[in-house]
Amino acid sequence: MAIRDKLSGNEAVSIAMKQINPDVVAAYPITPSTEVPQYFSTYAADGLVDTEFVAVESEHSAMSACIGAQAAGGRSMTATSAQGLALMWEMLYIASSYRLPITMAVINRALSGPINIHCDHSDSMGARDSGWIQIYSENNQEAYDNFLQAVRIGEHPDIMLPVMDCFDGFITSHKVENIELLEDDVVKKFVGKYNPPYHLMDKKNPMSMGPLSLPMYYFEAKRQQAEVMKNTTKVILEVAAEFEKLTGRKYGLFEEYKMDDAEVAIVIINSTAGTAKEVVDKLRSQGVKAGLVKIRVFRPFPVEEIAKALSKCKAVAVMDRADSLNGAGGPLFTDVTSAMYGRADGVKMINYIYGLGGRDVKVDDIEVVYNELQSIVKTGKVKEVYNYLGVREGK
Amino acid sequence: MAYNLKEWTKRPERFTGGHRLCAGCGATPVVRTILRALKPEDHAVISCATSCLEVSSFLYPYTAWKDSFIHSAFENVAATISGVEATYNAKKRKGEKVDESKFIAFAGDGGTYDIGLQALSGAMERGHDMVYVCYDNGAYMNTGIQRSSSTPRFAATSTSPAGTVIPGKPQRNKDLTLIMMGHHIPYVAQTLPLGNFKDMSEKAEKAIYTKGAAFMNILAPCPRGWRYETSKLMDMAKLAVETCVWPLFEIIEGDLTLNYIPKNKLPVVDYLKPQGRFSHMFEKGNEWMLEEVQKQTDRQWEMLLKLNDMK
Repeated sequence: MAIRDKLSGNEAVSIAMKQINPDVVAAYPITPSTEVPQYFSTYAADGLVDTEFVAVESEHSAMSACIGAQAAGGRSMTATSAQGLALMWEMLYIASSYRLPITMAVINRALSGPINIHCDHSDSMGARDSGWIQIYSENNQEAYDNFLQAVRIGEHPDIMLPVMDCFDGFITSHKVENIELLEDDVVKKFVGKYNPPYHLMDKKNPMSMGPLSLPMYYFEAKRQQAEVMKNTTKVILEVAAEFEKLTGRKYGLFEEYKMDDAEVAIVIINSTAGTAKEVVDKLRSQGVKAGLVKIRVFRPFPVEEIAKALSKCKAVAVMDRADSLNGAGGPLFTDVTSAMYGRADGVKMINYIYGLGGRDVKVDDIEVVYNELQSIVKTGKVKEVYNYLGVREGK
Repeated sequence: MAYNLKEWTKRPERFTGGHRLCAGCGATPVVRTILRALKPEDHAVISCATSCLEVSSFLYPYTAWKDSFIHSAFENVAATISGVEATYNAKKRKGEKVDESKFIAFAGDGGTYDIGLQALSGAMERGHDMVYVCYDNGAYMNTGIQRSSSTPRFAATSTSPAGTVIPGKPQRNKDLTLIMMGHHIPYVAQTLPLGNFKDMSEKAEKAIYTKGAAFMNILAPCPRGWRYETSKLMDMAKLAVETCVWPLFEIIEGDLTLNYIPKNKLPVVDYLKPQGRFSHMFEKGNEWMLEEVQKQTDRQWEMLLKLNDMK
């Protein structure tokens, strides 16, 4: 029987870690992810896990220790936010290129500067091309469920890539919600054992990892990584199907909410999807054919599937809780529009940057977006592609 | 086992020939001596910071390392190997079958004194059962002889050239071995490739087989960076010791012991003279530089003598 509880997102993920009982958790405190290693250290101190908890002196060392731990054949995990993820940046690329399936909770927080502790997605979006699989979670239940699935996806013998489970700082990490946990033995059975074919602790088969690789070989190494990333979609869906059998909770590459006949839709990531669904319901009750697509898997980006899901819409707004500061649009927008190109031409596409640095996003704000989409459908004209929502504009 | 050069050289070679380190490089005898101190039956996991040693010993698809080896980046070798050791501990706690192993990190002075200092300090403070070996050649040799915080005062490097206004590196080098003493770890040693390698071999054996974190700072002369003749490695090492520029000592559970006190301490000029990086110090009008280095070397040596007497 599943366990019903009331937990914050951070608690839920730390319980997932406890149930998995990994070999190594190496982490460093940073708001709002601090609670994850904090809860976990109490499990270690009370002997509830066998894990070696390594309280490192920086996030750079947290990721480095996870790399060493995973290369030694262990299962390693960590959690971080914002500056911590930024400090890990160098090591993120090394972890993925060494094909080490480390699992990391990224509790989304705005990157400095100015310094800010609240939610936006600039941290994990900055790491979107680091070769990690990125999964996003709307709420506590998803944060927990995705963390369990992340282990299975990353460690699949055909994949062997690290995975981030990203969820919103404070909004999801600290808010307490009803949640359904799996029993410990069910989790253990679901994640199984991590038995990589090659690792550093194998005395009979010593190996060297992390060579200098010059122009003769480097390119092929990157090409192989690119190929693996493309193939992960199949595994992500297989793991989701198995998880659904276990829990009844269905996961895909993204969630389609009232999209069957939608004429106007927004594409969004994480907790604001909950607010936006309220607006969709309200508009539907008024006869507006509104829908929503909530991204779950951002890396690899589900290009074909997204284009298909949006192809019948007349106007789509892509919502970015991170700005690319590139004069062209946010990271999700540029990916979605390039997915549409040649696959679903003719759909009017606009972008909204919203909620930076934890700026609150309310039902009224989302209504502004759907109103704009309806006006585009009516007039056939896009006034401005690259927009900002809920910001004070100077003269 | 008591040290015997003949016997120890019969032990299996764990760092093979065919690597690309320069002729006369001090890093090679350091690595070979450290690894020879492992019991032949013991497996080791070795991690190396980005360095001359790393890029010369593991150029895909060839490796010179017979044990398990991991390189990940420049500043984090201590963190990387501490992760390996953590997995080993967890597997043991879980009662899983795990091969007995020793954990050794190698890094140059750039990867240790400078960019890697934080990770080193963290790993030592956490007390992982590992040995951290700094092969100290006193500059960033891999990138072309740039100054580090280990570069001795007045040495000319490519970023502290002997100019007409600034005569080489103005600052003194850091005393990293004593900084490590401040970490209260069970074993700290300073050594170099000297004579029959007895000093380094015995210290390596203690470092590897002492439970907990151990640190070894090893002077590794670099003929390219120091600008002396390639064949003079052992002569340079001997001069470093006889002039007290690089004293041999170890710190066991906080107690410092000088392992060698020269009967006739040689003047530092004997050490500086054969090295091109100090040649400007011997120009007319620069006598003050030689005097300064002699003074600072004497002060440092006297401090070590006092610590040695404190037992």
